Amino acid sequence: MSRLAEGGLIERRKALQFRFDGRTYRGFSGDTLASALLANDVVLVGRSFKYHRPRGIFTAGSDEPNALVELRRGARREPNTKATTVELFDGLEAWSQNRFPSRAFDLLSVNNLLSPFLTAGFYYKSFMWPSSWWEKVYEPWIRRAAGLGRASGEADPDTYEKAHAFCDVLVAGSGPAGLMAALSAGRAGARVILCEEDFLFGGRLLSETYAIADRPAANWAMNAVAELRSLSNVRLMPRTSLVAVYDGNGYAALERVGDHLAIPASHQPRQRLWKIVAGRAVIATGCHERLIAFGGNDVPGVMQASAIRTFLNRHAVVPGRSVSLFTATDNGWRTAADLARAGIGVAAVVDSRRHVNPALVAAARRTGARVFLDAQVVGVRGGKRVRSVEISTDGHNALTVPCDALGVSGGFNPALGLTSHLGARPRWSDAVSAYVPDALPPGMDVAGAARGIFSLSGCLADGARAGAEAGGRRTEVPVAEGECSDLEPFWRTKRSRGKAFVDLQNDVTEGDVIQAAREGFISGEHLKRYTTLGMATDQGKTGAIVGQMVLTALTGRAPEDVAPPIARPPAVPVAIGAYAGLHRGRDFRPTRLTAGHAWAVERGATFTETGQWLRAQWFAREGEKDWLETVSREAAHVRAAAGICDVSTLGKIDIQGRDAGIFLDRIYINSFSTLPVGKARYGVMLREDGFVMDDGTTSRLGEDRYFMTTTTANAGRVMQHLEFCHQVLWPELDVQMISVTEQWAQYAVAGPRSRDALRKVVDRAFDISDAAFPYMAAAGITVCGGIEARLFRISFSGELAYELAVPARYGDALIRRVMDTAADTGLAPYGTEALSVLRIEKGHPAGNELNGQTTAHDLGLGRLMSSKKDFIGRVLAGRQALTAPDRPSLAGFKPVERGKRMRGGAHFFVPGIRIEPDHVEGHMTSVCFSPALGHWIGLGLLKRGPERIGEHLRAYDPVRDEDFLVEVCSPIFVDPEGARLRV
Amino acid sequence: MRYSAYNLVAQALRCNRHWKPLWRDAAPRPAYDIVIVGGGGHGLATAYYLAKEHGLSNIAVIERSWIGSGNAGRNTTIIRSNYREPGNIPLYELSMKLWEGLEQELNYNVMVSQRGVCNLFHSDAQRDAYARRGNMMRIHGVDAELLDEAAVRRHAPFLDFDNARFPIRGGLLQKRGGTARHDAVVWGYARGASDLGVDIIQNCEVTGFTLTAGRITGVETTRGVIAAKKVGLAVAGNSSRLAAMAGFRLPIETCVLQAMVTEGIKPLIPGVITFGAGHFYISQSDKGGLVFGGDIDSYKSYAQRGNLPVIEDVCEGGMAIMPMLGRLRVLRQWAGNVDMTMDGSPIIDRAPVDGLYFNGGWCYGGFKATPASGFTFAHLIARDMPHASAAALRLDRFSTGHVIDENGQGAQANLH
Amino acid sequence: MRITCPYCGERDSEEFSVQGEVAGPRPRPSDYGDADVKAFHAYVHLRANDFGLTREYWYHGNGCRRWLEVSRDTRNHAILGVAMASGAGRR
Repeated sequence: MSRLAEGGLIERRKALQFRFDGRTYRGFSGDTLASALLANDVVLVGRSFKYHRPRGIFTAGSDEPNALVELRRGARREPNTKATTVELFDGLEAWSQNRFPSRAFDLLSVNNLLSPFLTAGFYYKSFMWPSSWWEKVYEPWIRRAAGLGRASGEADPDTYEKAHAFCDVLVAGSGPAGLMAALSAGRAGARVILCEEDFLFGGRLLSETYAIADRPAANWAMNAVAELRSLSNVRLMPRTSLVAVYDGNGYAALERVGDHLAIPASHQPRQRLWKIVAGRAVIATGCHERLIAFGGNDVPGVMQASAIRTFLNRHAVVPGRSVSLFTATDNGWRTAADLARAGIGVAAVVDSRRHVNPALVAAARRTGARVFLDAQVVGVRGGKRVRSVEISTDGHNALTVPCDALGVSGGFNPALGLTSHLGARPRWSDAVSAYVPDALPPGMDVAGAARGIFSLSGCLADGARAGAEAGGRRTEVPVAEGECSDLEPFWRTKRSRGKAFVDLQNDVTEGDVIQAAREGFISGEHLKRYTTLGMATDQGKTGAIVGQMVLTALTGRAPEDVAPPIARPPAVPVAIGAYAGLHRGRDFRPTRLTAGHAWAVERGATFTETGQWLRAQWFAREGEKDWLETVSREAAHVRAAAGICDVSTLGKIDIQGRDAGIFLDRIYINSFSTLPVGKARYGVMLREDGFVMDDGTTSRLGEDRYFMTTTTANAGRVMQHLEFCHQVLWPELDVQMISVTEQWAQYAVAGPRSRDALRKVVDRAFDISDAAFPYMAAAGITVCGGIEARLFRISFSGELAYELAVPARYGDALIRRVMDTAADTGLAPYGTEALSVLRIEKGHPAGNELNGQTTAHDLGLGRLMSSKKDFIGRVLAGRQALTAPDRPSLAGFKPVERGKRMRGGAHFFVPGIRIEPDHVEGHMTSVCFSPALGHWIGLGLLKRGPERIGEHLRAYDPVRDEDFLVEVCSPIFVDPEGARLRV
Repeated sequence: MRYSAYNLVAQALRCNRHWKPLWRDAAPRPAYDIVIVGGGGHGLATAYYLAKEHGLSNIAVIERSWIGSGNAGRNTTIIRSNYREPGNIPLYELSMKLWEGLEQELNYNVMVSQRGVCNLFHSDAQRDAYARRGNMMRIHGVDAELLDEAAVRRHAPFLDFDNARFPIRGGLLQKRGGTARHDAVVWGYARGASDLGVDIIQNCEVTGFTLTAGRITGVETTRGVIAAKKVGLAVAGNSSRLAAMAGFRLPIETCVLQAMVTEGIKPLIPGVITFGAGHFYISQSDKGGLVFGGDIDSYKSYAQRGNLPVIEDVCEGGMAIMPMLGRLRVLRQWAGNVDMTMDGSPIIDRAPVDGLYFNGGWCYGGFKATPASGFTFAHLIARDMPHASAAALRLDRFSTGHVIDENGQGAQANLH
Repeated sequence: MRITCPYCGERDSEEFSVQGEVAGPRPRPSDYGDADVKAFHAYVHLRANDFGLTREYWYHGNGCRRWLEVSRDTRNHAILGVAMASGAGRR
């Protein structure tokens, strides 16, 4: 075990067992998977993307490029999980990925030898010969080789939640700046939310040996957190990453509720996506230490200098027996000092700078380390672990220093991704040799290292400032170390040996950058896209800038001359399940049920989705061999006796006001102001572009009151349209409207005996005889002894028919009562399928014909268009193409060979004419088997349809391998005179 | 420099030190015969075909940023020609045919991968609508297959057939559909055009047009005035801005379309799959990331970024049919400005100003059209008459009513 | 995105749907001939689609059902004003 005997923020009494690549190891509560692996001397963790080179752990946080594992097994397997962000739990299982057969021996490491051929963009120049091999050979091979981990391929068994929060001050990150910001704002009483991606608050303070106010920094952090916890106006959110910034001060944060457990508790989601609206936000997300491009900078054992301190100080893990540092900052020296203090040998400290604080140098020398100033690491020896480093002071000769780990500090990248989510670009700062935030979105501030302030005292003070400016009050800043090293930009070692990576995960080398520049990819974005620099799961947090700066130097530009990078959300990868939340599977969308639903279920109905509604499609009876037999029986029964169908899903709009009639005249193509009270009328409305929008019957219930019905599909759109027309176009009209779709349960009762059936429930005071209540009558009545109801004598089936509506709360009772009391009339339920049969037999257009591309003329409804008034859509309905005489218009169709089954979607051709686009005559829109006629019938849109009755056409349906003759006929198959309506 | 196996080996042996720039990064000359505004896939393809098919040489493509920085670099890389309207199918099918030969045409591997595009349907009515579309495709000589539920199960067994809110009843499959590597298309056309003498001028933004007697005579740019006999606009996403400079309005509103990619994983999804009861489509890139998207953010925007509700909606659609996606992580979201036309179909036509030609209104379907858009636009510019495959994509179709409205949504841009 | 509805106060944009650019008043037809078609064509189809300040119709469908006229900046999504759209399309 490479664990220090004492120290660290781990609970040594809570030992945990875990498995990696099948072997069992032990760690402690407070470990990450990465720290536990290192504590067990597991340094080789996986293989790289392209060259399959051995890779270890490079960071201690969410910027990790290398140590990606498959976590958990079975349906819970999570590929590409950063070992550095996984909180260790008992029973954890993880596997290395992208290796065959094992991480120690990987056959595809042959790619490393082929690397001269696998340089930037090689695939664009190759795999073209012969061309047919791309899909068959090359691409399948590339696809198998690419990708990292394996998805489970099974449904995710865990759940995800959404939550909303509002606050005055949102603080992201709980390092010195974040804690001070939260304290300043929290002490002043502001509503504060403090998000921290780690499971402990404190950020870098947990990893450092600094003192704050004469206490160890970690203790100071714990006290600060305790104070924040005591404030009722502060909400602390550990394991929560702020992932995105949206408009209107909106933020998204991901809380990992159950990821530190083997399986989330049964009452808990795995993760929760927070949507936070914050008056102000303070981004205090710290910074990422960047790598340096030198040969072998990817060998396991090479890590960020700061990561070494995290493992050492926070996890009490010994990262190596003998450690070297390669640094361009004082950070490397700090790591050396901490290592020495823990009794770990420091082999060498190599600093690229000529001038280094002499105190640091003296302190390092005292530990026995060899010190090299103005020097560079030019190579690393070791395959699966660092064995030695090669150091050059003059760029030519190299000296080999044995060691088993190398800490690297190439400078710092402020973690400012969140600041550019709304499009703001950072600016280059020569002072800190990094991009720092520039213009910020409204309501956002940045504090501490994320703003390019890298000293501890500076971060504390800046956090206090940000908290105060965000509505807090000035808070005393505790005393802490103030020095910050001189930052000289240093990107790459010259003349290094071996591959020098600038993107560890995507295997992009300095050489790739040079080649890309040679090929003209000199814009930063082109470089990124051509080489994939910075596009891996770590989004290049530690290295992309190095690649960009190599390019900048190559093209003779200064950093401030090139467009700064801009990060896109999310700041850390977010599970798709978390974005979806509870809207998955059957809960993808709400399910709307009619009042009569339970009754239909009891009657054994089969249901169909109509938008969000479930509607009874048919009611099968025992012994019926298929749906067709059931539906034919239901439809025939309506024509023979009586049937009842739930039509509650139709849109219903109550329209009232002195000008309601005028309003409807402008909405519909036909007139409604002339409609007598107590009457219903079929109406058609157009969109302003002249095509049909919707149809339905509207009744006049009083002088100032109309009741409109719409199709189920368009209910919402029509309501919105009416509101628009009233509010925006004609606010002077005295009219009000409200949707009452859900307030009324409505049933169609149809068939020659429908009146007899209704009489069983309609109160005796109301005469519904043909004389008293003729076709197209509408009235408010009562049923079942005084229950308010509305009765409309309208018919979709062509039979004597009514629609009876009662308040939705009576919908269930009514259908049961009608069915009970009207049994002797033969009343039987029918579903939407029979409804459709009946309407096709009568030639009524429905959804397939009202497809948004048809005019009133196309549907045979042109005669309704009033020429006496303006109405929505009238002008553009007069456009040339909409009035062309050869537009496809509604016609009926029957198979010439009557036994044939017709299909919707078939196209019509004149027999003997070639099948080609210009010869299409129209298409079949709706078909059904007509029990009345005993064969299949159809409606369709056919050029000059009504003029072609009797003509034979091909119904051409190649996707279903069908092609046979149909006869054009009137779209009204049953009772064209309408006699059955008026009995 | 022509790419060949020999060449690759030779370069590798010489330490890859002798590769040449793919295209010349040109500075503007004072005058050209033709200036194409917009260095995306469409603009570069137009220039390429002007040179290649029409033998023209004195051509510049001007791009305000780096080439491919607009929607060419922001799409979901899907190629297909599964349209329903006769006005659209010929163009997209011409595109499909050009895609199929593009590697050889350009000597550049743009990774056209015909792994199939499957549109799921969820009801009988939708099946008939897809049959209508599939039949229209077949009538136009395009491949289309109507799959029943069992066939979809074989094609994509990982879909949720048993617990779905909107059960999967089948699908319309175009086997020749698939994906292509979007950036490579830009680079390939740039290289091809540059080799044929086209000047590709980056970081050159148009600020106005010069007109003489109502005829276009050049473009004003941030790098000076460039005279031109003919000017072609291929700036989808910014079409209205350029049109305003030339003094006309378009039937277009610009909205935001977002897309996402997950972390790279081993092969999981065979081709492209689209959900028929919600807005969701998905494919897997050769690098392993699942690339997916859905509806537009329906407000007008030029910001090239969107908001959370659409991301949630798209992911809900994904989880509705593919619950195995739950634990896969979205790595990156991005967005592009899309020209939403009033009928959802594109426009390739003469502009109402002499000498100015317009190509735009691609809604969210421009990438797949890149080759044919360039091919037919080049034809229009070179010969002053529309190419047969783009003849219906007229600008005046809105006033005459010959709209090409695939989904029958009508004249509301953000519904298409 | 947050929209301050004049009726309901500040709400999330998810409560609203947007129809598109405010296209000026609805023309008054005269003889339903070519001139009317031209005027309606411009009203229904042609848009300024400005880069910068724009006005859009938003509908508070999951709130008060008011149609609103929202002034926004299409470059950065800033909302500069929200007003009732009452009569905005009246000629």
